[in-house]
Amino acid sequence: MTQLTPPRTGTDADIETLSTVADSLEASTRYDVLPERGAAEATVGAALDAEWEEEPGLWGFITTVNHKRIGRRYLVTAGFFFMLAGINALVMRTQLAGPNNSIISPEIYDQLFTMHGTMMIFFFATPFNSGFGNFFLPLMIGTRDMAFPRLNALSYWIFLFSGIFMFTGEAMRVAPDAGWFAYVPLSNEYSPQLNLDFYSLGLLFLAVSSTVGAMNLVITFLKMRAPGMSLNRVPPFVWGIVTQSFMLVFALPPLDLANLMLFLDRRLGMRFFDTAKGGDAVLWQHLFWLFGHPDVYIIVLPAMGIVSSIIPTFSRRSILAYPYVVLATVATGIISFGVWVHHMFAVGLSDVSLTFFSAATLTISVPAGIQMFAWLGTMWRGRVVLSPAMLYAMSFIITFVIGGVTGVMFAVVPFDQQVTDSYFVVAHFHYVLFGGAVMPMLGGLFYWWPKLTGRMTSHKGGVISAVLIFVGFQVTFFPMHIQGLLGMPRRIYTYPAGYGWGTYNLIETIGAYVLAFGFLWTLFVFAQSLLSGPVAPDDPWGGNTLEWATGSPPKAYNFPVIPTVHSLNPLWDGRTLQSMVDHRHDDQRTMTEVHRTLRTSELDGRIERVMSMPGETVQPLLVAAFLTMTVCFLLADIMLAAAVAVGLMGLVIAWWMWNRPEIDEPAP
Amino acid sequence: MRRCRRLLAGVAATLSVEALVAGCDRAPSTLSPVGPKSDFTTWAWWGLFAVAAFVCCIIIGLTVLAGVVRRRSTKVKTGEGRTFVMVCGVILPGIVFAGVFALSVGGLVATSEPSHKPAMTVDVVGHQWWWEFHYQGTSAVTANELHVPVGTSVELRLRTHDVIHSFWIPQVMPKMDLLPRRINKTWLSVDHPGTYRGECAEYCGVQHAHMDFALVAQSQSDFRSWLQRQEQDAATPTTTSEQQGMQFFTSASCSTCHTIRGTSAHGQLGPDLTHVGSRPSLAAGLIPNDVGHMSGWIANSQAVKPGNLMPPQHLSPSDLHDVVAYLQSLK
Repeated sequence: MTQLTPPRTGTDADIETLSTVADSLEASTRYDVLPERGAAEATVGAALDAEWEEEPGLWGFITTVNHKRIGRRYLVTAGFFFMLAGINALVMRTQLAGPNNSIISPEIYDQLFTMHGTMMIFFFATPFNSGFGNFFLPLMIGTRDMAFPRLNALSYWIFLFSGIFMFTGEAMRVAPDAGWFAYVPLSNEYSPQLNLDFYSLGLLFLAVSSTVGAMNLVITFLKMRAPGMSLNRVPPFVWGIVTQSFMLVFALPPLDLANLMLFLDRRLGMRFFDTAKGGDAVLWQHLFWLFGHPDVYIIVLPAMGIVSSIIPTFSRRSILAYPYVVLATVATGIISFGVWVHHMFAVGLSDVSLTFFSAATLTISVPAGIQMFAWLGTMWRGRVVLSPAMLYAMSFIITFVIGGVTGVMFAVVPFDQQVTDSYFVVAHFHYVLFGGAVMPMLGGLFYWWPKLTGRMTSHKGGVISAVLIFVGFQVTFFPMHIQGLLGMPRRIYTYPAGYGWGTYNLIETIGAYVLAFGFLWTLFVFAQSLLSGPVAPDDPWGGNTLEWATGSPPKAYNFPVIPTVHSLNPLWDGRTLQSMVDHRHDDQRTMTEVHRTLRTSELDGRIERVMSMPGETVQPLLVAAFLTMTVCFLLADIMLAAAVAVGLMGLVIAWWMWNRPEIDEPAP
Repeated sequence: MRRCRRLLAGVAATLSVEALVAGCDRAPSTLSPVGPKSDFTTWAWWGLFAVAAFVCCIIIGLTVLAGVVRRRSTKVKTGEGRTFVMVCGVILPGIVFAGVFALSVGGLVATSEPSHKPAMTVDVVGHQWWWEFHYQGTSAVTANELHVPVGTSVELRLRTHDVIHSFWIPQVMPKMDLLPRRINKTWLSVDHPGTYRGECAEYCGVQHAHMDFALVAQSQSDFRSWLQRQEQDAATPTTTSEQQGMQFFTSASCSTCHTIRGTSAHGQLGPDLTHVGSRPSLAAGLIPNDVGHMSGWIANSQAVKPGNLMPPQHLSPSDLHDVVAYLQSLK
C-alpha cells in the first residue's frame, strides 16, 4: 500500500497546502495506522490492552460500560425504532393513496400517526443523536470514556426498555392515539383505555434515560477535554451535543410534569387539566410546547453539528467564522425556550402575546442563517469533495432552507392561523426534521462508518443512497405544501374525492415508497460494507478532529497517549499528533494502571488530575430492569408490586453508590 | 372476474374524476379567498412566497454551484470570512425579518376586528364529530350548516361540548380553536354568495376526518327568509306514514338525544332535527341527505362513520320507512 505523507508542519499556510494535497477519497493513499499513533501504541498499547480488555460473551455484553459499545447500541436501537416508525408512516401513506380508502380502520390510523410522531421524536431522533454523542464526544475531546460510564449504560438500558414498552402497546393495539402532542381533554377523560397510559408512563420512563444521558454528556464535555482544548478549540459537533444536552436538562421537566399530572388525572382522579373542576386544558398545551419547541432544536442542533464536521473535512477547509457558529448554536438553544406559543396561535390567546411570540419566532431564524452562510462560505473557500457524506450535507442545506423559509412564514400570525394543522405544516416540519436531522444523520453514518465499524462503505452505493433519499423525500413532502394550501387538514384518516387532493396524495405515496426503497438500499450498502467492505485506515477522509487520531474502530481506551490539543483542527496542525509521540513515556498521559483518564479545567482544558474510571458492572442493567418492572406494574395498576420494585431498585442504587471507583489522586 | 372488472372501473373512474377536478376550484383552497381575512392571508402568502423562493434559489444555487465549481478548483481562499457571515447571516435576514414582523403585526390589526360592527352573532358549539350553530336572538338551531348574509360581518362565539376542536373555513377565515369552558370570539365576512367548505382542524378523536360543515353565504333577503323558516317549529306531518314516523320518533329512543321543536322530542346530545329535511348532507358533510342514505344511517351509522356516538337502531323495515319519511318532510 502506497503511503503518501501529508505535510504536517503546523502553520495556517500549511493547512491551506494540506487542503490542496490531501483530497483523495482513496483509502489506499493514506496510512493504515497513523505513524504517531503507531509509535504511541508500540510503547504503551500492550499494557493498556491488558488493562482495558473486556470480558467476552454475554456477560461482557450486559455489563459493558464502554462508551463506544453503548454509542453503537444507541444507533442500532434507535435505527430499529426509526424503521418501525417509518413502517407506520408507510401504512398511513398507503391508506391515503386515494380518496375514501379503507385499508385500515380510523382507530388504527390514529394509533399509527401518534406512534409515528412519538417514536420518531422521542425514540429515534433524540437517542440517535445520543448515539453519535456517546461514541464521538469522548473521541473528539480526547478522553477515554464518559464521565459516568455506569450512568451511560443505565441511560441506554432504560432507553431500550422504554422503547420496547411503547411498541408493546402498539403490538397490543392499545398504542397512544391522541396525537404525539396528546392534547387534553381528548387524552384525558375522553380516552379511558390503556392507550394514553402507555404514553404518559412511556415518556416519563424515557425521560429518566434522556436526563441522565444529557447530564453525563455535559459533565464529560466540561471536565474531560484533552489538555489544551480550551473552549475555543472545541469542535462544533461537540458544541451541538452539549447545547442539546443542556436543553434536555431544562426542557424535559415541563414535559415530565405534564405527563405526571396526566397520569394522576387519569389514574388517581386528580383534576389538573379538568376545566370543569377548576383545572385548565390550555395548561397542558403550554407545558407540552415549552418542551416541544426546544425539542425541535434538541433534535436539529447535534445534526447541524454533524454537518459542521462533514463540511470542513470534505471542503478541505476549517469551518468559516467558527466563533459565530458556536454562538449561533448556543443562542439557538437559549432562544428556543421563548418561542413555544407559535404552536398555539389559533388557541385564542391575547394579541400582545401573539405579537411577542411572532417576534421571537423570527429571532430564532437568525442563528440558523449564520450557520447556513458559514457552511456555504466554507464550501466556497475550500475545495469540495463529493463523497456520500458531503452529498448528504448538501441535501441537508437544500432541504433545511426550504423548511426554514416556511418556518419564517409562521411568524406572520394570521398566515400561521390559516395553515396551522393543515398539510402545509406537515410539509414544513418534515423539511425541518427530516432535512435538518435525518439527512445529516445519514451523512454522519457515512462519514463515521469507518470509525464505527472499521470498514469502508462503497462510494458508489453511498452516492446512490443519497440521491434516492433526496429524491424520495422531495417527492413525498413537497406536494404537501400545496395540499395544505388547498385546505386539507392534518390527521385525517381519509378524505373525499373531488377537492383536487387525491393527485397530490398519490404522488406523495409513490414518493414514500421511493424513500422506503432508498432506506433499504442504504441498509444494503451498510450490510455489504460489514460483510465485505475494505478494512478502514485510521483517517480515511483526512479529517480535522481528534476521533481520526484513534484506530478504526478505536481501541477500548481510545487514545494510548492523551494528546495536547494545539488548534481547532488538531489533525491538521501537525503538533497535536506529534504530542502523542512526545508524551508516550509520560505516565500522566498514558495512565496504564487500572482504568484512568485525565480530568481538566472547564474553560482552558488545563490538567487537574488523573482520575479513575469504573469497570464493567451489572448494576445499570439491574436498575433499569427494576424501573421497567415499576412502570409495568403502574400500567397494570398493581401499586404494591410497583412499590416493591422501587424498593429493589433503591437497594441496587445503594450498592452502586457504595461501590465507587477509588478517590481521585492529585496530579503529580 | 366481474368483481375485478368493477374494481378496475372504479379505479379508472376515480382517476379520471381526480384528473378532471385536480385544477378545479371546488377545493377549499386558501388561495381562492372570498372574505377579507382570507384575502389578507392569501396576499401575505404570495408576498412571503416571493421572498422565500428568492432566498431558496440563492442558497440552493450556491450549494449546487459549490459542488460543481469548487470541486475542480486548485486554489483555496484564505481568510476567516466573519464579515461575510455577519452580513449574509445576520444583517440581510434582519432586514427581511423586520418586514415580516411588520406584516405580522399589520395582519393581526387587520384581522382581529371587523371593519363594521357585526350585525349578528352565532354561537358555534363543537361536538365529537359535528357542529351546532345557534343564531343569537332567535330560536334557530342548525347542525353542520352555517348560513350568513353576504357582505356582512358576523360575530362567532366558539365553544366546545367535549374536546378541543378548531373552526376553519379555508376560503373565508383562518382557524380558531374551540376550548372547554372558554368562549373564543372571532368573526367572519363573505364577499360572494356560495357554499364553502368548513372543517375541524384540530385532531379531536376517531372521526376527526368527518367533521365538516357548509358555510352558505346568501343575499340578505335569501338569508332572512331562510332564518325565518329555521325559526319555525317543525312542520306537522301530513301523510299517515309521516304521522307514524313522528309517533315512533317521539316515543322511541330517538327523542332522548334529538330535539324536534314543536314535538315532545327534547334530547340534547345529538343534532337538532327540526328542519333536517332542508339540509343537503348528513353526518357532518359525509353523506347526501336522501331517503336511502338516511335509512342506512339510522339503521347502522357505525358502518358509515365508525366510532360516531349514535348507536345502531334496530327498527323494523316499516318503522324505518316511516321515520325517514317523517324526517325528510321536515323542510
